[in-house]
Amino acid sequence: MTEHLLQVENLRVHFKTYGGEVQAVRGVTFHVDRGETLAVVGESGCGKSVTAQAIMGLIPNPPGRIVDGQIRFDGQDITRLSKKELLSLRGTEIGMVFQDPMTALNPTMKVGTQIVEGFVRTHHVSKEEARKKAMEMLRLVGIPDPEKRVDQYPHEFSGGMRQRVVIAIALANNPKLVIADEPTTALDVTIQAQILDLLKELQEKQQLSIVMITHDLGVVAEIAHRAVVMYAGIVVETGKVEDIFKSPKHPYTWGLMRSMPRIDGEEKERLVPIDGSPPDLFHPPKGCPFAARCQFAMDICEQQMPEVTVFENAHQAACWLHDPRAPKLDELVAAGRQT
Amino acid sequence: MARYLLKRILMMIVTLWIIVTLTFSLMHMIPGDPFASESDQLPEQILLNLRAKYHLDEPLPMQYLSYLKSLAMLDLGPSIKSETRGVNDMIKDGFGSSALIGMQAIAVALFFGLIFGIIAALNRNTWIDYMAMVMAVLGIAVPSFIMAPLLINYLAIKLPLFPVATLASWKHSVLPSLALAFGPLAIITRYMRTSMIEVMNQNYIRTAEAKGIPTFLIVVRHGIRNAILPVVTFLGPLVAGLLTGTFVVEKIFAVPGVGKYFVDGIFNRDYPVILGTTVFYSAILVLIIFLIDLAYMFIDPRIKLSGRGR
Amino acid sequence: MAAEQSANELFRPRSQKTDGQVVAMRPSLTHFQQVTRKLVRNKLAMVGFTLIVLMVLMALIGPHLVPYSYSDQSLLTANQELSAEHWFGTDELGRDMFSRTWYGARISLIIGITAALIDLVIGVTVGGIAGYMAGRGKRGDRIDTIIMRLIEVLYGLPYLLVVIMLMVVMEPGIVTIIIALSATGWTGMARLVRGQILQLKNQEFIMAAQVLGAKFPRILLRHLIPNTIGVIIVNLTFTIPSAIFAESFLSFLGLGVQAPIASWGTMTNDALGVILTGDWWRLFFPALMISLTMFAFNVFGDGLQDALDPRIRE
Repeated sequence: MTEHLLQVENLRVHFKTYGGEVQAVRGVTFHVDRGETLAVVGESGCGKSVTAQAIMGLIPNPPGRIVDGQIRFDGQDITRLSKKELLSLRGTEIGMVFQDPMTALNPTMKVGTQIVEGFVRTHHVSKEEARKKAMEMLRLVGIPDPEKRVDQYPHEFSGGMRQRVVIAIALANNPKLVIADEPTTALDVTIQAQILDLLKELQEKQQLSIVMITHDLGVVAEIAHRAVVMYAGIVVETGKVEDIFKSPKHPYTWGLMRSMPRIDGEEKERLVPIDGSPPDLFHPPKGCPFAARCQFAMDICEQQMPEVTVFENAHQAACWLHDPRAPKLDELVAAGRQT
Repeated sequence: MARYLLKRILMMIVTLWIIVTLTFSLMHMIPGDPFASESDQLPEQILLNLRAKYHLDEPLPMQYLSYLKSLAMLDLGPSIKSETRGVNDMIKDGFGSSALIGMQAIAVALFFGLIFGIIAALNRNTWIDYMAMVMAVLGIAVPSFIMAPLLINYLAIKLPLFPVATLASWKHSVLPSLALAFGPLAIITRYMRTSMIEVMNQNYIRTAEAKGIPTFLIVVRHGIRNAILPVVTFLGPLVAGLLTGTFVVEKIFAVPGVGKYFVDGIFNRDYPVILGTTVFYSAILVLIIFLIDLAYMFIDPRIKLSGRGR
Repeated sequence: MAAEQSANELFRPRSQKTDGQVVAMRPSLTHFQQVTRKLVRNKLAMVGFTLIVLMVLMALIGPHLVPYSYSDQSLLTANQELSAEHWFGTDELGRDMFSRTWYGARISLIIGITAALIDLVIGVTVGGIAGYMAGRGKRGDRIDTIIMRLIEVLYGLPYLLVVIMLMVVMEPGIVTIIIALSATGWTGMARLVRGQILQLKNQEFIMAAQVLGAKFPRILLRHLIPNTIGVIIVNLTFTIPSAIFAESFLSFLGLGVQAPIASWGTMTNDALGVILTGDWWRLFFPALMISLTMFAFNVFGDGLQDALDPRIRE
């Protein structure tokens, strides 16, 4: 049996705040294989970014702490590593691309220096070699004129170019895994496509694994092989992207799909927003967290956490509707209409 | 860049000209003249001669022009109380002492202020932070003219560690410099702490963490440099405060500096001396602020290359 | 069959729609409530506030608590230590230090608050005009530029030097000090207010209000003032102590209030001569009062600033 590159197992992360303890991540399980792109989808506050921070070992403690669970990366459990071991993992084995390229770069340091800062630490190269490496990285991420660019400061780069620099920083040490936290959200649509293309191309070239954190199903369709749909700190559905798009199994995923604009539809479809807002994670509900917003909710949904149902191709969903005891969907739809 | 410099220098000259004109007109708004108090004792002819000597009998515009002319020749004018020595001589005498105390104070304030600020920010909400903040608040609350007698009382009289009065040796300069440094040190500590806390919450610090850079290097390479930038912009008013602080500190410690001449000038109502020293102080201040701005351009690449001022 | 039925009951469509849609958030507070709450929780700021109140109270009643006025001389009781008759001792002219200290508090507070209020009025007016005019056609921009140039020049002048010059020239006295302090002191407030208004003008909610047809006075009243008042008050809590400091500085140089009027600055200056004789109370009380006042206003101002800053959360 080949081991997954990354295996997150029942991860729980809590944050202490002034108002109480937030249960930001409440038992999340997923895995990433080598050379694979996994999308983690969900709206803001669903715990996807916290999950990413946990994988990087960057949960600020205090106020945050990993309460339970394992994060196995390449055979070792990240949650048990010492600070020093984490340090040698970050940047070298796992790279990270942040959301806002306008603020992710140090404004007073040359771009080239920033790109190779981690590389220089691990490889102890001379200044010239470091500069050469920086130019090589700039070329790799498609920035023209690297000889000149390497000595410039971030304010001389456009947003898209800066995001390329951020990607170059993440890739400088040839990591096995890159975590991209909403890398295109802050960019123009045309630039978004370029950045996604770049990530795809780099992945094939370097045999990268990518964890793509996003709220944008368009990005998922574009780049990911598999997807994990998160809601209120738990995974509600996971599976191959084709399967999820073709036959989504969880009502939240249905809602997400209907709230996404499509251009291939024959007739004009109305966008349907999901009513209500996510539950309070200070006091999460004991049943399915989506029940309060779910059109198809049953009494059991509010009382017990749903069990995971497995479909073909390891497509999974955590919803009571797939329990054999549940009534047929049509009845529920009818009931939902009545209320 | 060159254009910006030129503009700045022009602004400097205009500011100085305004100060000179303002002080000149203020000085000549006073009813009577500097010899008014002595007119009872002096014979009429001597008074007239004195007035002629200091051009006080000429019409005001003429006096103004001749004053500007002598200023352009870097002659800051005569003193009325002291026959033989003009303002230039006083500055020549006093500038060394004043500069020594002032520079030492700035150096101490900057060095310790930055360090305390950084340490406080990195240990936010711990006792180290609270200690630094208490010290900073004390430094702001206790003015130099109170700090100075306190230092004399405790470090010169009760515990005779340092000599005071005059500036016979370097040891004499320690207490005046400390008295002067305390306020700016406190202000720099506060600014640096705030700035450092803000910088350490920036996204590029997270980028550096994700790169696997150890905390210490993150603080040094990414934190401090960015945090110092806003602090530099506060140095101008700080230096101005320090400069005025030298008046009282020099007076209290009997340091023969420019400040002492200035304060004596005020007590004696020696208007040419007040005028001359004020112009001198303003020139120094405007120059220092200009230098600080230059330094800012030097350490912030965003400004250097775009060629724009603040 | 019946048992299975009961197990399946839970799988019926939800019997009633719970009000789970309403998210239980922390109770929402108005901005003002949030600010006062944060301020009250800030112990240091509250210490500062209490001290300010005490100072004002003592400035009002302090001189009346003892049977001596600030200027009553009595050579028989000169240079006395603290005693039941003279709570803070006496000076070399036998004047009661307790009475003088609180009389000095009156002078310092009057000067500090008046100067700060004058700064406020001039600064808000000039800064408001500049901010309002900026971006209103060529003429508006020109007015803004002229005002800003003026402020820039005045701001570039060394503050205390100018005040000293003015004091040298004018008749010494409380009114003179206030005039001298306000002559250039308002520029800071004007810059602040103009900056705030310019920043707010470009904010979306102001533009939205304009688009919706709100007239300027309404925008000023409903949006600009509420959003600027915070920084103005914070600025006030810092200009008051700096005016008090400037007054004692001037008095210390012999340029402030004239004898027999007492101010903390003149009292400190008087005490310098006796620092070697061990009459510690001469320096101690005025120095303590200056420092306490500066401390109180500064920590209160800091606390207020933190409380008004939406970025700082507990």
